[in-house]
Amino acid sequence: MAAEAHKLAIFRGLLKFKSNQQKIWGVLIFLSIITTIEVALGIIKPEFLMGSFMQMKILNWIFIILTIVKAYYIAWDFMHIRDEKSGLKNAIVLPLVILLPYLALILLIEADYIFEVMNSGFVAWNF
Amino acid sequence: MGVTASSTTEENLDWGGGNQPLKASYGKLMMWFFIVSDALTFTGFLVSYGFSRFKNINSWPIADEVFTHFPFLHGIDAPMYYVALMTFVLIFSSVTMVLAVDAGHHMQKSKVTFYMLLTVIGGAIFVGSQAWEWKNFIKGEYGALETRGGKILQFLDAKTLERVSIQEFAIGIETERTTQKLSNGIWFQDEIELPSLSLAEVKKGFIEDSNLLIRTQKLDKNGEKTILSREESLLKLNNTVAVVEGANLIHNEYGNRLFADFFFFITGFHGFHVLSGVVINIIIFFNVILGTYERRGHYEMVEKVGLYWHFVDLVWVFVFTFFYLV
Repeated sequence: MAAEAHKLAIFRGLLKFKSNQQKIWGVLIFLSIITTIEVALGIIKPEFLMGSFMQMKILNWIFIILTIVKAYYIAWDFMHIRDEKSGLKNAIVLPLVILLPYLALILLIEADYIFEVMNSGFVAWNF
Repeated sequence: MGVTASSTTEENLDWGGGNQPLKASYGKLMMWFFIVSDALTFTGFLVSYGFSRFKNINSWPIADEVFTHFPFLHGIDAPMYYVALMTFVLIFSSVTMVLAVDAGHHMQKSKVTFYMLLTVIGGAIFVGSQAWEWKNFIKGEYGALETRGGKILQFLDAKTLERVSIQEFAIGIETERTTQKLSNGIWFQDEIELPSLSLAEVKKGFIEDSNLLIRTQKLDKNGEKTILSREESLLKLNNTVAVVEGANLIHNEYGNRLFADFFFFITGFHGFHVLSGVVINIIIFFNVILGTYERRGHYEMVEKVGLYWHFVDLVWVFVFTFFYLV
């Protein structure tokens, strides 16, 4: 693959880089900022993010969303998915995007159910 | 061929062989296949971790209290700083890998060599850090007691509400027995290393020091562990069966034992990926030095290994979130 085949814009064209190397450093800075935000939030744990949304803390939702953002940029820019043909791109990404949330969803719902059964049943677990 | 209309033959050019519809070589496609299947494996692990966690949602250990060490900072509570550092190391070694791939596209042998070396070093630092993290986790810090139901009881100072190590308050009693070793047995049998303190010693120390409280692994509404009153604590002490120091696959002083099992399994599996990644990177590094890819005319091998390396980084991003942050 020649160097000029790289797509050099990130953030939907908001930020354009002159060369592939510059783009790599740019993405590194972006990933570092996100990681720093994550760690800072994890240490401070701001009170206003402790509320619950869909049975999970808002803070945890933020962590998961930031993680997915990071994963996107690692895959798209470091693993060059951005430069691949759409056929290959879809063959890689679609199975994962469809299967992973599905598996997580059904297992977490099931786990929540088991928790309720153990919590409200007549059997003592804490002795 | 002659029978079909000429228009269809033009549409079917991709299937005539000899070209690459996905514009990717065989090796690269196979690497992607492997990565997709490996991603599913890691998902299986992480989702089963989530399953166990949601199942024990009101008694799961709090990661901030488990991973509090930082090299050369003894006794200082530094939650997360070290894993954050590890994350940065891995992201940075990912970056040097992309730079190596990029230099490979331009056939710059010396640059590829340099960046591959940095990548190997970054990976080695990461594996070393993980080993250190494991060491701290296995060794434990405060020690705890385990009840008949397999629950963990930890000890607090009643005034400051800070953790107290069982080593500090246990009162020595004539020890009844020592660890049975392979060397001194009548039959060739040994046992798991006994804790440094016996249950009776910890119990005695707790009863005599009225300034101690017990904390259970059950979480209250604010997500903090429940602290028992002195009377409840003394009552709870009757249910204990064992002293636990540190963590292994059977006992875990930090709380739910599944936490330790998943920690060892998932970070271990990831660490093994990093280790094999480092080994493969070293092989590629020497191949670059020997000029194998220079003669071959392209550095695609670096790119393929790079894909694997980035994938390892990608998995760590998720492990980091689900073990340390959430």
